[in-house]
Amino acid sequence: MRYGAKEVLAGIDFDVRTGEVVALLGPNGAGKTTTIEILEGFRMRSAGAVSVLGQDPARAGEAWRARVGIVLQAWRDHAKWRVRELLDHLGRYYQRYATAEIPRPWDTGQLLDLVGLSAQAKSRIGNLSGGQRRRLDVAIGIIGRPELLFLDEPTAGFDPAARREFHELVHRLTDREQATVLLTTHDLAEAEKLADRVLILAGGKIIADGPPEELALRLSAKAEVRWTVNGQRYIHPTEQATKFTRELFAHYGEAVEDLEVRRPNLEDTYMALVQEYET
Amino acid sequence: MTVFSGTTGVRLGLRRGGIEVRQTLTYWPDLVQVLFVPVIGILVLLLLRGHHVPGTTFSLGSLTLPGFIGMTFATGGMLGVTTLIAVDREDGTLLRAKATPDGMTAYVISKICYSSAGSILGLVLTLIVGLAAFHGVTVHWPTLIWVAVLGLLATIPLGIAVGSALPDPRYIPLAVFPIAGLTAISGIFYPITHLAGWLQAIGQIFPVYWLGLGFRAALLPAHLASVELNGSWRLPYVLLTLVLWSALGLASAPPVLRRMARRESGSRVAARRERAMLRRT
Repeated sequence: MRYGAKEVLAGIDFDVRTGEVVALLGPNGAGKTTTIEILEGFRMRSAGAVSVLGQDPARAGEAWRARVGIVLQAWRDHAKWRVRELLDHLGRYYQRYATAEIPRPWDTGQLLDLVGLSAQAKSRIGNLSGGQRRRLDVAIGIIGRPELLFLDEPTAGFDPAARREFHELVHRLTDREQATVLLTTHDLAEAEKLADRVLILAGGKIIADGPPEELALRLSAKAEVRWTVNGQRYIHPTEQATKFTRELFAHYGEAVEDLEVRRPNLEDTYMALVQEYET
Repeated sequence: MTVFSGTTGVRLGLRRGGIEVRQTLTYWPDLVQVLFVPVIGILVLLLLRGHHVPGTTFSLGSLTLPGFIGMTFATGGMLGVTTLIAVDREDGTLLRAKATPDGMTAYVISKICYSSAGSILGLVLTLIVGLAAFHGVTVHWPTLIWVAVLGLLATIPLGIAVGSALPDPRYIPLAVFPIAGLTAISGIFYPITHLAGWLQAIGQIFPVYWLGLGFRAALLPAHLASVELNGSWRLPYVLLTLVLWSALGLASAPPVLRRMARRESGSRVAARRERAMLRRT
């Protein structure tokens, strides 16, 4: 994928399996949005092959569109509509694409319940708070019971409470609907919390691919052991935390207090990876 | 993505247009905005009521009234739709339509509905006041209906094409000035017969003049045709030019719209919004 002379994505190759929640993680400008927009069919690629739900999104028709849900970061549309009015209306677009396995669309009442907007059903959309607006966007994104849901930086600009609420909503969704989800984020904790698998993108390339815990382990196997003996605090990095701890007890016995074994988290891994790539 | 995907999209678009019309009629700030131009126009017409067409006893207000309806159609169809589309692109409504199956078809149909409803509302209001307060306004229904229908067809698709071609709402003035200029030389408020020949020629290329003429033919007594160019309503030419402009609009709107819609994406909407915020601060 190129813009003029600048190549934005190069040699990106990945598969997402049915039911998987995959996070595209990377610093700004890494190509996350470009990747997801190509998959959404919103952007033409300059080269390469893409297949989403068995079709090329650049050429797929309305029936394909009905199987895909999209939640962007910046919806401000339909400010004059009321919440229930808009969901009722948009649901109708999916009726003709219902199948025996997938009834479409969601019942508006149930959907309002799921996203916690029942009390706002009659509010004008322009009057919703930021968090309520985002939950409405999710409701619209899933109203057609998509087989694949795209979330592009879904919690950008959220306060911690709204973020947690949103994560719970996504969990409810993936547990209940077994939907496949592809999300972009530059928030590591979010990727760790939501995703079965994380793809780290930097400079237009995938530099890591795997479950969050495995990525953390793979990159730096060193754990940190912290303890106190006789009021004195100690920190020891080691690759064999279990063995070290056993020796610790063998040596000091019950004098060991406040024992902690810390695994590197995704953030450490991520910073290490991106730094390594950029230098 | 398809721009015209058949009857489902049309049906949903009609429903959507109906909802949007109802929203405007039940929300007073929007209603004020929609009624502003017709009400001002009607007030101006009422001021002109006491004056007579030079050399006759016919009210100048009555003579101007049909031209005013023509202008309502031209500005509502071209400028109104251009603005609607530009605004919908900026706030993401259009991208939402694109993300929904059959959404683009429904979107286009809904804009046609909404804009038609606005023009027809202006026509009905002006007509009610005209029949109640102006002497000499006589409705020739068949002519009124075909001029009105062709008037919508000749202007709305053009508005869709222009609205799709504009990169940003801040370019809307680029569309306002030519249309205001055209109104000035289209014999709406000032008789085209008093203009220089070359201005008359330019005025007669565009649909604004022919809309005004068509509505005059539909709403004024036959003897007033004598004050027109060639001393006639020239209805065959009204028909021909409006059909030609309809054809041009209908042929150009889908490809321009399709091209615009294909390029629309989340990052484009976000970039436009960022530019808009910079402008406002």
